[in-house]
Amino acid sequence: MEALLHQILSGLAAGGIYASLALALVMIYQSTHHINFAQGEMAMFSTYLAWTFINAGFPYWIAFVATLGVSFVAGILIERIVIRPVERAPVLSVVIVFIALLVIFNSLAGWIYTYTIKSFPSPFGGSFFPQNPYMSPHEMGTIGVTFVVLILLYAFFRFTPLGLAMRAAAQNPVSSRLAGIRVGWMLALGWGLAATIGAIAGMMVAPVVYLDPNMMAGVLLYAFAAALLGGIDNPFGAVLGGFIVGVAENLLGAYVIGTELKLTVALVLIVAVLLFKPSGFFGRVIVTRV
Amino acid sequence: MTALLEVADLHAGYGPTNVLSGIAFSVEEGGITALLGANGAGKTTTLRAVCGMIRRRGTVNFAGERIDTRATEDIVRLGLAHVPDGRGTFVQLTTEENLRVGALTRRDRKGVAADLERMYAYFPRLRERGSQQAGTLSGGEQQMLAIARALMLRPKLLVLDEPSFGLAPMVVQDIFRIMRTVNREEKVSILLVEQNAKLALELADQAHLLETGRVVLGGPAGQIRDDETVRRAYLGY
Repeated sequence: MEALLHQILSGLAAGGIYASLALALVMIYQSTHHINFAQGEMAMFSTYLAWTFINAGFPYWIAFVATLGVSFVAGILIERIVIRPVERAPVLSVVIVFIALLVIFNSLAGWIYTYTIKSFPSPFGGSFFPQNPYMSPHEMGTIGVTFVVLILLYAFFRFTPLGLAMRAAAQNPVSSRLAGIRVGWMLALGWGLAATIGAIAGMMVAPVVYLDPNMMAGVLLYAFAAALLGGIDNPFGAVLGGFIVGVAENLLGAYVIGTELKLTVALVLIVAVLLFKPSGFFGRVIVTRV
Repeated sequence: MTALLEVADLHAGYGPTNVLSGIAFSVEEGGITALLGANGAGKTTTLRAVCGMIRRRGTVNFAGERIDTRATEDIVRLGLAHVPDGRGTFVQLTTEENLRVGALTRRDRKGVAADLERMYAYFPRLRERGSQQAGTLSGGEQQMLAIARALMLRPKLLVLDEPSFGLAPMVVQDIFRIMRTVNREEKVSILLVEQNAKLALELADQAHLLETGRVVLGGPAGQIRDDETVRRAYLGY
């Protein structure tokens, strides 16, 4: 019984990370209808930046905030410089650009930091939380950080004029322009935010999977599964999907298929959702007359 | 009277197809101007070209500024609110959020709150639907919402593309009555495109008649209304 509880709780911790990255995917999907395949590698690169800051002697949380700032600006720059020129291009061209970004970030990280696996510190040391037999301090911290991020994002989109402008621009760009909204900048801002959320996910997962240029490959697959399960255009669905995937992956890994085959869970989920319910649990079914 | 909007030699189209070939007309400050014409005459295209939503060439002056090379969002920020064909509702936002989107470029919070109340006074139905997803509103309610959203900008010029399209006569009466009020009491100039020429000529001070991308006739609405030949030939009533 205790072991089961332990598995569920650490599934929730992993799920929080998948939920964050899934949320980043959904944010970009909502405004552009493209899946950013490079989201994971962008997060990985951000984590290397954090590692650089920490190794340069900055305290963890200063490095954390600095990484978020740099990632935000980098996300905006990527949209402006790389994505903007292919805005009206066919979908395959855009996919190629995303894959190019993935390869570039992966190779850049390998080139600068080498492919040697590095350890990455967790800010939630031994005495940060009261002792708890079911969860490690880092797992508890991860869940806490995830909830703070979710609440902040919800408040931003729900209650601020800028959040409203971003939602409007994602939904109906033509009408948004007619309301005077600078739609192009809203998209760039969305990329900045997605990169920032990805950076948080990267820094939270790195102490568990260790830092190396390929560390996000698995996480991104789980995030895809989470986003699809919840409905690729629904942020709440993506978050819920993240937690479901996290728990399911942990339980199946522990009791059914063994840890070596865990990643299969994500792939099976992706295929199953696409086959049987492409809109996910909460996604909108769009009917088009042809 | 001075012209708030002046259009001269405006050419525009979609892709390789030209729809407008040298449109010219003006909208007087404080007035209501109607653009009339049959299907395919280029009425909607003219409005889109004025607002920079499509590729265009020519001279367009609005409130003393050249706008024919500017982006849509910059033109809107000068005080030109466009209620597009199809209403442009943000279907997943609530009714109130839709109205707030209309005022996003404004910085006077109190004024926005007061205008929100004013819109609810004009259109009590919208207050009832305030927290409802705008996509669930009826066609008439969405048209009211579109007009109210445009007015939230506090525009100098309100541009309306077929506000009566697909609506019940009662609702159309309501909407036209409110347009008259907005024009008289808030001094908002109006540029109106309508298929329902009779209705439009009753409301407008000036009217311009479009045929295959050209203005073939323009003048006081009363004159066009009283000219039986024009009415029969172009307006069909």
